[in-house]
Amino acid sequence: MKLDAKIPSGPLEEKWSKHLNDVKLVSPNNKRKMHVIVVGTGLAGASASASLAELGYKVSTFCIQDSGRRAHSIAAQGGINAAKNYQNDGDSVYRLFYDTIKGGDYRSREANVYRLAHLSNNIIDQAVSQGVPFAREYGGYLANRSFGGAQVSRTFYARGQTGQQLLMGAYQSMMKMVNEGKINYYTRHEMMDVVVIDGVARGIITRDLVTGELTRHSADAVILATGGYGNVFYLSTNAKNSNVTATWRAHKRGAAFANPSFVQVHPTCIPVSGDYQSKLTLMSESLRNDGRVWVPRKAGDDRPPNQIPEEERYYYLEERYPSFGNLVPRDVASRNAKQVTDEGLGVGETGLAVYLDFRDAIARDGKDVISAKYGNLFDMYENISGENPYEVPMRIYPAVHYTMGGLWVDYNLMTTVPGLFALGEANFSDHGANRLGASALMQGLADGYFVIPFTIGDYLADAGVSTIDTSHEAFASVEKEVQERIDKILNVKGDRTVIDFHRTLGRIVWDNIGITRNEKDLKKAITEIQALREEFWQNVKVPGKATNYNKYLEFAHRVADFFELAELMAYDALDRGESCGCHLREEFQTPEGEAIRNDKDYAYVSAWEFKDLNGKLETELHKETLEFEFVEMKQRSYK
Amino acid sequence: MSQMTIHLKIWRQAGPDVKGAFENHTLDTVNEHMSFLEMLDVLNEELVVAGKEPFEFDYDCREGICGSCNLVINGRAHGPKRLTAACQLHMRNFKDGDSIVIEPARAAAFPVIKDLVVDRSAFDRIIAAGGYITVRTGSAPEANSIPVELEDSTFSFDYAACIGCGACVAACPNSSASLFTAAKLSHLNRLPQGEPEREKRVIAMVEQMEKEGFGDCSNFGECEAVCPKGISIASIAEMRRNYVKATIAG
Repeated sequence: MKLDAKIPSGPLEEKWSKHLNDVKLVSPNNKRKMHVIVVGTGLAGASASASLAELGYKVSTFCIQDSGRRAHSIAAQGGINAAKNYQNDGDSVYRLFYDTIKGGDYRSREANVYRLAHLSNNIIDQAVSQGVPFAREYGGYLANRSFGGAQVSRTFYARGQTGQQLLMGAYQSMMKMVNEGKINYYTRHEMMDVVVIDGVARGIITRDLVTGELTRHSADAVILATGGYGNVFYLSTNAKNSNVTATWRAHKRGAAFANPSFVQVHPTCIPVSGDYQSKLTLMSESLRNDGRVWVPRKAGDDRPPNQIPEEERYYYLEERYPSFGNLVPRDVASRNAKQVTDEGLGVGETGLAVYLDFRDAIARDGKDVISAKYGNLFDMYENISGENPYEVPMRIYPAVHYTMGGLWVDYNLMTTVPGLFALGEANFSDHGANRLGASALMQGLADGYFVIPFTIGDYLADAGVSTIDTSHEAFASVEKEVQERIDKILNVKGDRTVIDFHRTLGRIVWDNIGITRNEKDLKKAITEIQALREEFWQNVKVPGKATNYNKYLEFAHRVADFFELAELMAYDALDRGESCGCHLREEFQTPEGEAIRNDKDYAYVSAWEFKDLNGKLETELHKETLEFEFVEMKQRSYK
Repeated sequence: MSQMTIHLKIWRQAGPDVKGAFENHTLDTVNEHMSFLEMLDVLNEELVVAGKEPFEFDYDCREGICGSCNLVINGRAHGPKRLTAACQLHMRNFKDGDSIVIEPARAAAFPVIKDLVVDRSAFDRIIAAGGYITVRTGSAPEANSIPVELEDSTFSFDYAACIGCGACVAACPNSSASLFTAAKLSHLNRLPQGEPEREKRVIAMVEQMEKEGFGDCSNFGECEAVCPKGISIASIAEMRRNYVKATIAG
């Protein structure tokens, strides 16, 4: 396997426009004959479907939910960055680029990130024209807010529902093309595998989740816009149906998987309350502006928080980071919360929580001021926890909410399998080792609206109209493999439920490939994952049958894929003998707990090639060396 | 943590063309912190372990924003708590010993797929018919060249908040989709960007809604009462006015 990122030559700010002049075009007559499959209808998938259909390609779009509008992009709250500089505060495309590359701790490609910043402005234009109701000033012009520690206000937002509104814009544009007959729209359909013929992606096999029917679809190109894999942890802020299946099956057919261990953990989520817990809910980290984080100094102190006197409270962030205090970056806050709970200082019934206390802020500013700032978050917290945060400190804990890793793609968003593309969170391309707030929506839409419509043409112009249809024997053979896997999973007829396995796997991944990692635990995790996977295939109990609606069967397939991914995540974390962004290896930190990045040995993208799975995952690492021509790599410092 | 015993009466239906019936189950391991859907997860796990089929129901985000869940709980779409989708409803809203009836969101235009899962694809087709603003990718003008009065922007947003769950249809004695359709019209028609297609949009969406077999609106107001996003029924009056105007003008 050879990794060629295909980064255009020339100055940073001219690469994309130069590339646009160089890419080949497909004639309108040929576009009509070319069929493009899009899997997933989040921001990336819906925007790509709409844009490609407008260009004249025949498009087929698939989603697992009952409607394209349900995709998990809908849950993004905060906002979307763009370098409009409407605030006249000195923002520019370069500054957005620089903040993003620095935020990613110098583990992303300069050329991709610059293009992302450059396209950010077009996204806002497109969304406003679609009727996305962004926040506005009294004069009727667009409003901005600051986000994630940026020194400029560049975030556009739609109340706390920015993802929902942007998704509705993309979904509606897509549905218009469905109505015009330009998109074949399949809901409640899951991609079960990619069909690769002579090394080229030629189509997919889908399962109708209502009838269980398997169908072959051939195409000139296949686009995966299927999101991230945070649910490998079982508990995350992802939607329950979010999964790795599409990208993992593509990986097993030849697409390299990049940086799988780069997972972002958000520090302010509502903690787990019991084994029945099905997902975690994120609360805006703006809460840390006024809340003070603490735990009891004494392990096992089970007095109600308000009865614990001041001198017996351990304000660990304030003590450990006197200058940043409660406002340390996300990764530092998450790491410290884990540390104190590991020491037995955690609070609540499970001991896996810390307090976020507004007592002092309310005493200082009054309840009304705090309520005006955070009222909706306080209400949400009370609805879920049953406790009133105006009177009792909130309990918070970190939770997984975004995966920077994904399928390796070149500058054209094509994977290592020709004709197979990956967009949005499903690829690895733009966020390096850590994603900045309000950047996920930006990337999904940049990929779908403004990158793939051009770069796919470059591939298709060379490939020509495909003459391969579903009668090719490869379709029959992949379909047969899919059917056998379904039968196999149903026929185990063991004793343990899918959810039970998933919960146990999630615990292994969280404990060992979570907020902090070390060699010993990673090696232990690999053994545990292999053993549990073995048990899964011997002892899983999947109810019902394959020929009707059966959510437990859907989950069984997805969990089986998570098992394989989890092992790869461990190898990746083990290989990276440095700490960077969200990846903290305990062996590589200063005595104060700060990350030690190693640019000399690790300034590369890890791209893993699947070899075999036989009790253990056999995989080969390929390295894409990251060249920094335009920015200087600096050590992040929080002091 | 105190445990509650909950008696459940849940709709069981093997498929669209099969007759369904209620099934009774009792759960004695419910606690107040569970969400309503987590309570159903616990029941389903017990059923699977016992070698029985779990109940199917739709869900995804479990944060009240994706609109997937749409259970009718004790006769009320999304259950007893106002402005709350079923996934955001917690068991502390019930008490030990309660009996709870769970049904699918029934409507002629929402055929049952299995148990509590219904087919809401009619909503997709209503949006496809006209619930958009035509703007090709790449053809949009500079965002701030389209100022929108704050009042219009706020009004529009209040309707854009619809999550497409279908509670309005399930609650309506006529199974009307008027609130869903009108919300999208109010969102788009109030904005300057939506102006050029205003008449075409209202005609296309209203006619698609009728074609799908949804009933008419008789102003019961049940839709507004159960809407988890508080969408106002005022939009329906506006939709009807605009439809009449558009058809006469046309």
